Amino acid sequence: MQAFTAMTGLVAPLDRVNVDTDQIIPKQFLKTIKRTGLREGLFYDWRKQKDGSQDPMFFLNQPRFQGATILLTRDNFGCGSSREHAPWALLDQGFRCVIASSFADIFYNNCFQNGILPVALKADEVLAMMHDCLATPGYRLTVDLGNQMVTTPDGMRSRFEIDPFRKDCLFRGLDAIGLTLQHEASITTYEIRRKTEAPWLFADLHYNQGNA
Amino acid sequence: MAAQTLFDKIWESHVVRAEPDGTTLLYIDRQLVHEVTSPQAFEGLKLSGRRPRRPVATLAVPDHNVPTTDRTIGIADPLSAKQIQTLEENCRDFDITLFDMNDIRQGVVHVIGPEQGFTLPGTTIVCGDSHTSTHGAFGALAFGIGTSEVEHVLATQCLVQKRPKTMEVRIEGTLSNFCSAKDIILAIIGKIGTAGGTGYVIEYTGSAIRALSMEGRMTLCNMSIEGGARAGMVAPDETTIAYIKGRPLAPKGELFEQAVNAWRQLKTDANATYDMTVTMRAEDIAPQVSWGTNPGMVTGIDQRVPDPRMITDENQRQATTRALEYMDLLPNIPMTDIKIDTVFIGSCTNSRIEDLRLAASLAKGKRVATGVRAMVVPGSGLVKQQAEQEGLDRLFKEAGFEWREAGCSMCLAMNADVLQPGERCASTSNRNFEGRQGAGGRTHLVSPAMAVAAAVEGHFVDIRTWK
Repeated sequence: MQAFTAMTGLVAPLDRVNVDTDQIIPKQFLKTIKRTGLREGLFYDWRKQKDGSQDPMFFLNQPRFQGATILLTRDNFGCGSSREHAPWALLDQGFRCVIASSFADIFYNNCFQNGILPVALKADEVLAMMHDCLATPGYRLTVDLGNQMVTTPDGMRSRFEIDPFRKDCLFRGLDAIGLTLQHEASITTYEIRRKTEAPWLFADLHYNQGNA
Repeated sequence: MAAQTLFDKIWESHVVRAEPDGTTLLYIDRQLVHEVTSPQAFEGLKLSGRRPRRPVATLAVPDHNVPTTDRTIGIADPLSAKQIQTLEENCRDFDITLFDMNDIRQGVVHVIGPEQGFTLPGTTIVCGDSHTSTHGAFGALAFGIGTSEVEHVLATQCLVQKRPKTMEVRIEGTLSNFCSAKDIILAIIGKIGTAGGTGYVIEYTGSAIRALSMEGRMTLCNMSIEGGARAGMVAPDETTIAYIKGRPLAPKGELFEQAVNAWRQLKTDANATYDMTVTMRAEDIAPQVSWGTNPGMVTGIDQRVPDPRMITDENQRQATTRALEYMDLLPNIPMTDIKIDTVFIGSCTNSRIEDLRLAASLAKGKRVATGVRAMVVPGSGLVKQQAEQEGLDRLFKEAGFEWREAGCSMCLAMNADVLQPGERCASTSNRNFEGRQGAGGRTHLVSPAMAVAAAVEGHFVDIRTWK
């Protein structure tokens, strides 16, 4: 996984609440067996007008937001389906950071697995940034994971909270499975103990019973 | 020992190790896998040269892409076919048990887990699917995960987690006639909002919950995620134990007796506290119909479509205006005036035998309204078989409903069962997001009973007084 330390990037504003993962990437793009190439599906339905043509007003279609690496949005971003295709599509589009007033749990978690930093800020801070971003061409933010700080072009600083373990993994770009496997002895010890406490959980599962 | 909630007990029995900052390596007893969220996980294992730690603890089934029509002719969509074929190859390569598309046991992953006795009380269960919360109905800690975590569980049988907060949702009293678990959960989401449960695990308690069948409890827990909670649970009781007994993968003989003794201890201690409690009276819950584009945008059938002008909170007003525009609904019209042209009875929320029995009993002797297309998609091959043995398929077909093969179908329309732009559907599924059932399609979430009545009348009606 790519590490995330600090970045300054162009901000793209999505001024909506409760953006669900069905909107981030609709179902027809979930038939892939790859993690890459999902940019085409990102906000697929919202990018289009009723007649099927591209909506020039939708933020991702506006020239001024091309090359954006930070997505700025509102409450409860990423609710609904657990599809990791949502962060994959954001990453494929070039986003390394999502700033929102709150996130849904599964999406928030999925970001960390893919080198994307989700930053939750206070609603009034997000609203102020949204206002400035819409009003200011070329609006950029600096996101510093080490210091847990977002800095605006006029020097306003907003601190964000992040779980220390997740921070460390993202900061160093660590392989989560590799980390867990370092504790393999603990897992084995747990299994041995658990097998005496709850032996029915370790009984053979006879999957072929009842097969017609 | 301090008084514990049901959640505390399950959590603590699964801690492999805990760091001083609370980061916990949690043991996962069982994993369910389907074709959509697993290919990249298996690919990851291949690339890193890893093998599943306990392949026997994982069960795979294709459900999202499968056709619900005659399967002997194969799958028309080459991408769907490729994804299902990839699942088959991965299961073969990694020794994972697969119920393939032509196995009678195939079905929606959250229907077959409980049906097979794979889902057990006191366990941790995950799946790359947000509706994994369904399995909490058995007093399990069950939650949806992303594909990277699917790979993590395959490789390690563990997940790194932070302890969530606990929320009690207490429903006392008796439901009105024809009101169901679906109406309870929609009413709860209407009350707490789609993010009200974020960061929490919900435990559903109270006399109205105790009175629910296992099917009802699964419907309830299934939609916990629509309220933002990754997991919802109901403490196991005699209803739970009776459901599990004799299922193919459930423990047998002495092991079963041992398990039952442990399951009877799995409940929240009298003095335990939750981080938050929400209460409702069952008598206050009317049959629910969603009017908007998330499951929190819902109201009773005896109410009207909301008027954005009456909403003071600006965010909410904007969201309501936008939702009504997408749904093509006028403010203040009675919910009973909303006409539908499609009915979908199915999904991991409402496709079990009890749902179909009730729906069929209401469809009996009636006719689907002219111009309405109504389909019934059983949750599994075994549910379908059972329904056919009971003659339910005949009642549906005589009333003009389509009777189909098992799968996720029009809940998310990854297969050929898709709403056309502008079509309006009464659906027993779980999400009314924009385009969920097909680009431009409009979804109203309802119970199976409300769906049948809407199919017959061509518009929503109050099932409590429907003749």
